Amino acid sequence: MMRWSSLRPYVMVAPALTVFSIFFIYPIFYMIYLSFHSWDFISPDKNFIGLGNFEELFDSREFMQVLSNSFQYMLLTVSLTTILSLLLALWLNRKGMIYGFVQGAIFSPHIISLVSVSLVWMWLMDPRFGLLNWIFDTVGLPRSEWLTNPKSALFSLVVVAVWKGLGFNTLVFIAGLQSIPPYLYEAAALDDSPRLTTLYRITLPALSPTLFFLTIINMIGSFQVFETIAIMTQGGPVNSTNTLVFYIYQYGFKFFKIGYASAAGVVLLVAVGVLTLLYFKLLSRKVHYR
Amino acid sequence: MTLAKTASKWLNTLCLAILVAMFVIPFVWMISTSVKSYGETVIFPPKWIPDQIHWENFSKAWNSGPFLNYFMNSLIVSVGILLLQLVTCVSAAYAFARYRFRGSRVLFGLTMVTLMIPSQLIFLPVYLLLSKWGMLNSLLGLILPFSSSAFGIFLLRQSFMQAQEELLEAARLDDATEWKIIYRIMIPLARPTLVTFALFSFIAHWNDYFWPLVMTTTDAARTLPIGITKLREVEGGTAWHILMAGNMILVIPILIVFFFAQRQIIKAFVYSGVK
Repeated sequence: MMRWSSLRPYVMVAPALTVFSIFFIYPIFYMIYLSFHSWDFISPDKNFIGLGNFEELFDSREFMQVLSNSFQYMLLTVSLTTILSLLLALWLNRKGMIYGFVQGAIFSPHIISLVSVSLVWMWLMDPRFGLLNWIFDTVGLPRSEWLTNPKSALFSLVVVAVWKGLGFNTLVFIAGLQSIPPYLYEAAALDDSPRLTTLYRITLPALSPTLFFLTIINMIGSFQVFETIAIMTQGGPVNSTNTLVFYIYQYGFKFFKIGYASAAGVVLLVAVGVLTLLYFKLLSRKVHYR
Repeated sequence: MTLAKTASKWLNTLCLAILVAMFVIPFVWMISTSVKSYGETVIFPPKWIPDQIHWENFSKAWNSGPFLNYFMNSLIVSVGILLLQLVTCVSAAYAFARYRFRGSRVLFGLTMVTLMIPSQLIFLPVYLLLSKWGMLNSLLGLILPFSSSAFGIFLLRQSFMQAQEELLEAARLDDATEWKIIYRIMIPLARPTLVTFALFSFIAHWNDYFWPLVMTTTDAARTLPIGITKLREVEGGTAWHILMAGNMILVIPILIVFFFAQRQIIKAFVYSGVK
């Protein structure tokens, strides 16, 4: 008989691992399995159709637009968030009550539910009575149709995402800045090196692990955008804001094309998987650390 | 102080004020709208302060659906998830931190892999699974998929590993059971981490919209975020004043928590980002 003490660790990790196996690991394999089948959720049989779903996906103009929307949204959100939050961090990384308050204020959207954020911004972006167009009027900018025009709708969603994520990113950058050893700056000061040179030679290289971490996390996160789309645009107008998760949701829950939706899920899985691998690959090399 | 210095100081303060305004005005606008009359929401240029405070918007929003029910569901789901996560994560994190056992590296690796799998990625198969088990439209269906957290295990394992081995040896010599070691030494030691994780988990699941939207179709199991968005579906355009009042019901609890635990919360979220 096995002794309790050698069995104990297994018993202790069992509940957590059971949850992970049932709700994370198994579903991945089940989704891959489903992606090779045609199934409407109601009929008892799932028909094996090989790569049929994937062929249909990549033949579909709609899905191609969804992919393109997803990438545009990701590139815009990630680049804007990263650049702006880096600038803010360099500016706001100071001691004092005021800076603490400002940091708290820009962070606050991060803990507010995306539902609330979406509703408030829908109201701000109302083309007729919204506050944003009033501000644009006041400062003499042309009005925008925001979410109601296919040309501006996706960018409007980017604005919301950047607004929500900026504070978190800025504070992570500030944490990164504060972990840079002061002697590096002292050395630069002794050399009388100009501020921009110090930024390029010391600050940015020292921040590069943080920069890299945030970029990957933001990329993975922006591929999963759902709430703002479901609440603010429903993928419209004319499919201009439809992105991967919402597309899967539509095909799974509205059109009951389970196999097809699963295939789109596999595409998303691959995209996120590649980013995750990239992250660990580069992180394990630690090229960015001194 | 030279003139240029004074000017740049004022410019800096002005920029700070504009920055804060960009983040505060949407909330101020929400509050302002929530106490307006319908007429005041459809005038342009917009009005900041309504002529009369319409508190009844809140009761209208609350009474437009089974909001007490939504609220209780939100509370049960968030607290239920949190309690289950604490139990499963403390136990697994302790085993990973303090025991050597065969396969522990593989099992920990498996745990970390799930950290990378967001629920938005695999909701369809999980939905089918819960549907097969008859758990759609049940609070259990909203709780169970999140009853453990790889992130929690990771955080707690880090802090459990910091305990001095001598301390544990001394406790074992005193015939302390492992359970007692966890309860009397480890948990007090990891308190800051536990609080951090608890805040993190509660806020995330209180705010969650995605999972309840996918897993529920009946009011019996719906949570607050779903209830609020239903306020939008009124005939003849959106009643923004009622919708913003409803939105306040969702935001206020979190804003109050944030106001009192601001430093702790920021530390919690940023720490999780840095690690």
